[in-house]
Amino acid sequence: MSLKERINAANEEAFRRIVAADPVLVDVAPASEVIPGLRDRMILHSGPPVTWERMCGAQKGAAIGMCLFEGWAEDAAAAERMLGAGEIALEPNHHHATVGPMAGTITRNMWVWVVENRAFGNRAFCRQVESFQQFGDHSRDALAGLEKWRDVWAPALGAAVRKMGGVPLKSLVARALLMGDELHNRVVASSSLFANAVAPILVDCGLPREQVVATLYYAGNHPFLFLGLSMAAAKASMDPARGVEASTVVTAMARNGTEFGIQVSGLEGEWFTAPSPRVHGLLLPGWKEEDAGLDMGDSAITETVGWGGAAIGGAPGILNFTGGTAEQALAFSRDMRTISVGTSPDYLLPALDFAGTAVGLDIRKVVHANLVPVIDTAIAHREPGHGIIGGGIVRPPMECFTKALARFSEKYNG
Amino acid sequence: MSVKIEDLLKNRPVFINVGVRAFGDSLREAGHEVVQLDWSPPAGGDTRLAALLDDLL
Repeated sequence: MSLKERINAANEEAFRRIVAADPVLVDVAPASEVIPGLRDRMILHSGPPVTWERMCGAQKGAAIGMCLFEGWAEDAAAAERMLGAGEIALEPNHHHATVGPMAGTITRNMWVWVVENRAFGNRAFCRQVESFQQFGDHSRDALAGLEKWRDVWAPALGAAVRKMGGVPLKSLVARALLMGDELHNRVVASSSLFANAVAPILVDCGLPREQVVATLYYAGNHPFLFLGLSMAAAKASMDPARGVEASTVVTAMARNGTEFGIQVSGLEGEWFTAPSPRVHGLLLPGWKEEDAGLDMGDSAITETVGWGGAAIGGAPGILNFTGGTAEQALAFSRDMRTISVGTSPDYLLPALDFAGTAVGLDIRKVVHANLVPVIDTAIAHREPGHGIIGGGIVRPPMECFTKALARFSEKYNG
Repeated sequence: MSVKIEDLLKNRPVFINVGVRAFGDSLREAGHEVVQLDWSPPAGGDTRLAALLDDLL
């Protein structure tokens, strides 16, 4: 069998595994109980590996916030000293079957969505999505949001999910795509579908009335609630496609605000990185271009599995967050098909005549077409201490893909 | 002369513009029918990457 035939067969296998995925939300639980290898005094973060010295401002702010949340430090200055002295371990979420939005910081007492891929038996995890601490805000108010998630909302949602025997996400995501979501920054329909599914069970869990009311209000009104779930579902769907010998399919795209990194199935365990790009989009009132940090977050796992930018043509409602036109959004989703192995039989886009979303980004096709994927994303401040400042569209650096292709050629053709 | 070639000479030509769209635009502005074919050199013209792809794609 020639190398080209081996690659094509390997990519078909990776594609088969991705589309066969059956993500089911099975629990909401403390990270310490479910995330493999998460130790005390360890912060998991988004993107490829990064040191404290090279960490961007927003991710530093979020790491300081986690030190305060865990009670490791009394104030921000003390937290900064501990992090600078290397007293807190920093590791990428992706090394722990986990993903996190924006700075992506997760520690032992952060509760996480637990999604099981029932087709393969693997689990993946994602933390709560909110608009403050994950963007680098470590104020008392920002941390109060994490504490409510830990003490009130997450335990209640976990109880309801366990009582339901799990919430199948494949059909929910498919319905949300038909309703104008793209499962990255447009998760309005999926959040509502999820809240509707959970509500009647939640009121029947024997929890205190105040906790039930607060959780119903949270689940029913949080416009980004489902992003944590779509990220965990995407991660659970992608992980079985890792390590397929000779496959050129991308298994992760993740950014830490300093570097953009990709991982490739046939090059398991390696990262291919380049400087994080600038996001082009819309800023909230009061913010200027020079305030913006660079691209950050594990949420591009949604584009990796074929949502987000791959589905944005069917989600014109997102354009008031990212900017751009409906025609451009359709072109983005068509472009993603050019650089992917195939299309999903389950996740369909009405705006593209019910074509399936693009699945299985292929580094060969990206380099050949000189066309990188499209990612829609939020924007953080370049300094610590701020919440969300905007949203937009970003393209990964081509350098990630050309480095991966050169390494692939060296490994398999050398 | 064959009928097909006579037709070609008698009728207005339809152009196929390959690659850079601007060339087709000027023909279109001159009143000609133009079919655009999007094309760019493999790997954006990077010969080293194109050589790698020869073995892989």
